[in-house]
Amino acid sequence: MTNEATSAVLCVRDLHGWYGDSHVLHAVSFDVRPGQLVTLLGRNGAGKSTTLKAMMGLLDKRRGSILFRGKETIAAQANQIARQGLAYCPEDRGIFATLSVEENLRLPPKIRDGGMGIEAIYRLFPNLKDRAKSVGTKLSGGEQQMLAIARILRTGADTLLLDEPTEGLAPVIVKQIGAVIRELKGLGYTILLVEQNIKFAAKVADQHYVLENGRVVEHIPHAAHADEVRGIANYLHA
Amino acid sequence: MLMASPVKTPVAAKAADARRRQILAWGLGIAVLAVFPFMVYPLFAMKVLCFALFACSFNLLFGFAGLLSFGHAAYFGIASYVTAESAKYWGLTPELSILAGTAVAIVLGAAFGWLAIRRQGIYFSMITLALAQMVFFFCLQAEFTGGEDGIQSVPRGDLFGVIPLGSHMAMYYFVMVVFLIGFLIIYRTINSPFGQVLRAVRDNDIKATSLGIKTRHVKLAAFVISAGVAGLGGATKALVFQLASLTDVSWQASGEAVLMTVLGGAGTLTGPVVGALIVTGMQQYLAQFGSWVTIIQGAIFVVCVLAFRRGIVGELDRIAHLPTVWRRRRAERRFTPAPRPTTDF
Amino acid sequence: MHNLMDTLSNLSIDAFMGQLMLGLINGAFYAMLSLGLALIFGMLNIVNFVHGAQYMLGAMLAWILLQTLGINYWVSLLLAPFIVGAFGLLLERFVLRRVYALDPAYGLLLTFGIALLLEGSFRQKLGSSGQPYAIPAELRGGWDLGFMYMPTYRAWVLIASITICFAVWYVFERTRLGSYLRAATEKPQLVRAFGIDVSKMINLTYGLGVALAAVAGVLAAPIYQVSPLMGSNIIIVVFAVVVIGGLGSMSGAIVSGFLVGFVEGLTKVFYPAASSTVVFVLMACVLLVKPAGLFGRRA
Repeated sequence: MTNEATSAVLCVRDLHGWYGDSHVLHAVSFDVRPGQLVTLLGRNGAGKSTTLKAMMGLLDKRRGSILFRGKETIAAQANQIARQGLAYCPEDRGIFATLSVEENLRLPPKIRDGGMGIEAIYRLFPNLKDRAKSVGTKLSGGEQQMLAIARILRTGADTLLLDEPTEGLAPVIVKQIGAVIRELKGLGYTILLVEQNIKFAAKVADQHYVLENGRVVEHIPHAAHADEVRGIANYLHA
Repeated sequence: MLMASPVKTPVAAKAADARRRQILAWGLGIAVLAVFPFMVYPLFAMKVLCFALFACSFNLLFGFAGLLSFGHAAYFGIASYVTAESAKYWGLTPELSILAGTAVAIVLGAAFGWLAIRRQGIYFSMITLALAQMVFFFCLQAEFTGGEDGIQSVPRGDLFGVIPLGSHMAMYYFVMVVFLIGFLIIYRTINSPFGQVLRAVRDNDIKATSLGIKTRHVKLAAFVISAGVAGLGGATKALVFQLASLTDVSWQASGEAVLMTVLGGAGTLTGPVVGALIVTGMQQYLAQFGSWVTIIQGAIFVVCVLAFRRGIVGELDRIAHLPTVWRRRRAERRFTPAPRPTTDF
Repeated sequence: MHNLMDTLSNLSIDAFMGQLMLGLINGAFYAMLSLGLALIFGMLNIVNFVHGAQYMLGAMLAWILLQTLGINYWVSLLLAPFIVGAFGLLLERFVLRRVYALDPAYGLLLTFGIALLLEGSFRQKLGSSGQPYAIPAELRGGWDLGFMYMPTYRAWVLIASITICFAVWYVFERTRLGSYLRAATEKPQLVRAFGIDVSKMINLTYGLGVALAAVAGVLAAPIYQVSPLMGSNIIIVVFAVVVIGGLGSMSGAIVSGFLVGFVEGLTKVFYPAASSTVVFVLMACVLLVKPAGLFGRRA
């Protein structure tokens, strides 16, 4: 366990979280190793998004341990965590209505070298180039999701937290996003993915964790097994 | 042998208890009010009561409806002017001139309230302040208000045409009755189904609307009642001091109602009265020190907002209920099941 | 109507334009102050009631600096906003920050209290009456334009205020820094998650808004008397301007400010008794027709 722990990019142990007085996360623990794609699965309200928020420092109150590259971030501010190389793509995509697409794209500052340049981003997401001057919120759902992922790639962050990127999107767009995510994985990004779409998650993930009522209830270390995936799907739809 | 008397249920006993306590509280309050003019100058006592009505009316909106009406002096002041005018130039007896003043305050409250409620939150407050300033400038320039001098030498007259109110003591007991009427109106508004609806709107406007409550109508009704009681206070004050002046419609006066309520305890019944007593007393003592009153008022605002939001009565309430809270917490701890098998005996 | 015909027949172009110019000057101050309020409200979600007092502080500081240290107008124009702005930075950092989580009403009450503190303190030391502040020598006199006489100082105020308003608007709407401010106004938590210290941004924005008020104060000193009451007199009018224009828009604040000043000037010509109330009547009309404000984005 210790070997795995020290080599993990993200090491979460006994994480408790609160929204105000509401205790929403209970002793959540998991690891994400470098270059891996790990998913947090679960029903609505299971605490998946809350876990991502906790890791990004956006939760009211946290207790426990979150090690990012060996550094404790449980008490750090969100902007400090971001500057260490963690990037966040929220569930509602977080596109700014008062900014154009290009301004949205250029907003997150460079925290280190190694981020994608503007040209590389436009190559990965060609339709964003055409819409550069439009108001951010005038894009379609799929385009907004692309924008949300695109802009955190410029910062130089190498660990991504993606919250339900395929939510509410048409199957053909979901396929595109799957392709993007696979390409990002190929480029060496470490990704923690929250998803309700099991089939999508199964296609891209190395490991699954299943959450329910703010607790980790299942861990599937080798995600490719079809039976296990079916099992989770049944369990979640029960 | 069985007793023939009916067994009192615990709920009924508790209700009877509460009613007894209420009657006791009212009795005590009235007793204190009755001896008040013997403890302080009657004129001061009357001033406190008029401002207490003013503060209570503000509290109805701020503490119970969640509406920060920052221009409440408009109703207080305009009633003061109308009463002064009607008593001095139309020869109305005190109860009629006060009614006249209150009526005008109610009409103004309906108009301004309707306008202000078109916006939510902080905009509402800014609108009420601006509308009150409009009233201020109107009173500054209109002929009947006497401009900077105001309306002076207002006769107190004879109550119902028979009881002379010239003496401060006689006037005090009249003011005390008026205060009790106004306070009772507030009390009945708060402790009624309407009061519950009002609190619901305060706590969650959207939720209240989804429950079918016409929040705009509710807010407007509360606004009109509040303006009326404020007017009652202002109208009475004009007869007490036999003067209506611009200070009664100034934004400083509006600020004072807020100060009294926040200091005494917004959302409590007696908080504004306590606040009125303290603030009026402070003004009386510090009047000789010029602008120190303003400075201290500002300091009280800052301290209250930062560290003392419950106000005096609110804090006293909380302290009084602490034993109950402790008892409940102890009970909860006692009844938490221990992780042991039940068949260990 | 009879009065109106009288007025029109007695009207000279000179007087008419002169009055309009005065109105526009007032409008310039309304614009600068409501711009500052809009900036602060956008980032902090607080109605900065003490804005009027900070405007007064700017003027007071200019007067005090001149009286005690002989520091002239031009230096004060830079120094006063700097000092008052610094005071604003401290105020936000140590006092205002504590009420962000509360109902916005408390922000209004807190800043109201601070305004009382400031105004009361100055009134205690200096009394309520106004002190004159001399127009700097370079800006005295004026030009005869034929249809009116244009005092140099007033032309300066117009130019300076329009420039300042435009500069602030431009930075906010068209620059990269502005995009950060706009983003932080919209979704502060997400901007934090991008690595930006939003708290520091909020702090600096408040300081800037306060400095804006102070600059307006220095500009105002030679025109209106420098008095401890000048802040509270103007802040309530600015509130009405802000309701008319809507707090959500920078350009709305600027345009509404000048518009109200212009209307005030017009009213002074045709119906002088109403000139102090016309802004509130205008506000009432806007509320009837377009409750969100003329340029309102947030209802």
